[in-house]
Amino acid sequence: MKRLSWFNATSLAFGFAFLYIPMLILVIYSFNSSKLVTVWAGFSTKWYVELAGNEAFLEAAWVTIKVAVISSTLATVLGTMAAYAMVRGGRFFGRTLFSGMVYAPLVMPEVITGLSLLLLFIGIGMDRGVMTIVLAHTILTMCYVSVVVSSRLVSFDRSLEEAALDLGCTPFDAFRSVTLPIIAPAVIAGWLLAFTLSLDDLVIASFVSGPSSTTLPIKIFSSVRLGVSPEINALSTIMIGIVTIGVIVASLVTKRSVAMRAKQERDAE
Amino acid sequence: MDRHGRGGAGRMMRRLVVIGVPYLWLVALFLIPFLIVLKIALSDTNLSIPPYLPQLDIAEGWVGFKAFLSALDFENFTFLASDDLYWKAYLSSLKIATVSTFFALLIGFPIAYGMARAPDHWRPTLMMLIILPFWTSFLIRTYAWIGILSTEGFLNQFLIWSGLVTDPLTLLNTNVAVTIGIVYTYLPFMVLPVYAALEKLDDSLIEAAEDLGCTRIQAFWMVTIPLAKQGIIAGCFLVFIPSLGEFVIPSLLGGSSTLMIGKVLVEEFFTNRDWPVASAVAVVLLLILIIPIVLFQRNEQKQREVDG
Repeated sequence: MKRLSWFNATSLAFGFAFLYIPMLILVIYSFNSSKLVTVWAGFSTKWYVELAGNEAFLEAAWVTIKVAVISSTLATVLGTMAAYAMVRGGRFFGRTLFSGMVYAPLVMPEVITGLSLLLLFIGIGMDRGVMTIVLAHTILTMCYVSVVVSSRLVSFDRSLEEAALDLGCTPFDAFRSVTLPIIAPAVIAGWLLAFTLSLDDLVIASFVSGPSSTTLPIKIFSSVRLGVSPEINALSTIMIGIVTIGVIVASLVTKRSVAMRAKQERDAE
Repeated sequence: MDRHGRGGAGRMMRRLVVIGVPYLWLVALFLIPFLIVLKIALSDTNLSIPPYLPQLDIAEGWVGFKAFLSALDFENFTFLASDDLYWKAYLSSLKIATVSTFFALLIGFPIAYGMARAPDHWRPTLMMLIILPFWTSFLIRTYAWIGILSTEGFLNQFLIWSGLVTDPLTLLNTNVAVTIGIVYTYLPFMVLPVYAALEKLDDSLIEAAEDLGCTRIQAFWMVTIPLAKQGIIAGCFLVFIPSLGEFVIPSLLGGSSTLMIGKVLVEEFFTNRDWPVASAVAVVLLLILIIPIVLFQRNEQKQREVDG
């Protein structure tokens, strides 16, 4: 069995310290009773209580979740279709343009995506609000979904689908009962990625949002510009907590499904 | 033609929907907006709503279209070239992005190397620890550094306590802070591709090099680095490309003297309300990005060929 040399152990320790200490400080100081965020004055949960009573933050959080759920679901459907078109579509008119457009938003600076979408919405006279943020987010996140889904589609054995068709399935049934279960992990991963990206996005949302549709990142950004505040620390702690639980649960689920699949394969033999 | 007997028309319809819907969506929300940016970049600033000229008037037909075309020019681009604010902003963005990429590699490589050398049963946990910050809000991770780097911040408290400095250092609102912020937030993008390359590396190759008389360090430079090259290149581009147009980090951690092109673009658009210049800034930024993006694509292509 391999063992870590002292050099590798130190570089891992330093690396993870660099990644985690800033977040740890944020979490610890969210329980600080002082308004001064860099001076410890005793344990308190008062910032959480204050946060819970802050209507503006709660409302922004609600808008953000709404946008994230709608846009990531739309992006998952569109992204899966786009992946299908690229992997299974064969030749069609403007294929190069199509795959170029699918990948471009991945490397496009957010300020440009935001600017161009805002100019479009102004050009067609669309009122800025939840709707415009949803549309903007689908364009960003569907690309991530199609990258994740197409990598799964490429590796998947097409003859399974053909067998289902030969056995009398309609193409839709074949998709539902053969293809979908196989690509499901990638579709779910794509949805989660889209959801997180949408929750996290500040730049594009600040371009295309209207006065009535402030998302949480926009709200955090405008209050952070005035300086560090313990309330934001509390909010960050909650968000870090949710992500941590999510990632741990996801990794346990994958571990279990891998173990189950291994068991099934053993049983099948 | 259709061996499943469901009719060619149905098949055509399905194909049309699967390809057509995402296609139209991308054309409407990616291609057209980009063409609008391009068009406004060639227009003139005007005090009206919307604040640029010419406006295309469809009612005037072909004559109107010709008049519209002839009113477009490259004036905004000559303006960008003549005003050294923009030059400096592009250069300073390039510099900050390059330095950040270098430090991300310097810090990220040992982490990836350590992960690839760790016992097998540790790897999923280490992987999770790298991915976790990636799922955590980008904004919050940047925000965390304000409290660390400010004059009364934790880093200065620590430095003064340890006696390394007597007066607090000015770190926040400088380019140093921006670089730290970029390295911190983009570090997972460096670690993951490098780790993926190192993990595939066959240990027996290094052993062979050592048996043939290489020292450990020689084997590292002559075997490990060349084999991990594509992962390193991918990681560098994944840090460099997004940090070039970065807006959030320079506006939170940088000061008034921090010039980064993403910030200039936003200020030009929202503060000066100069849409044509903001659009021209965007077009030039994209032109600069094309080179690293094409290089990145070619690297990925090569990687796929190697993987077979």
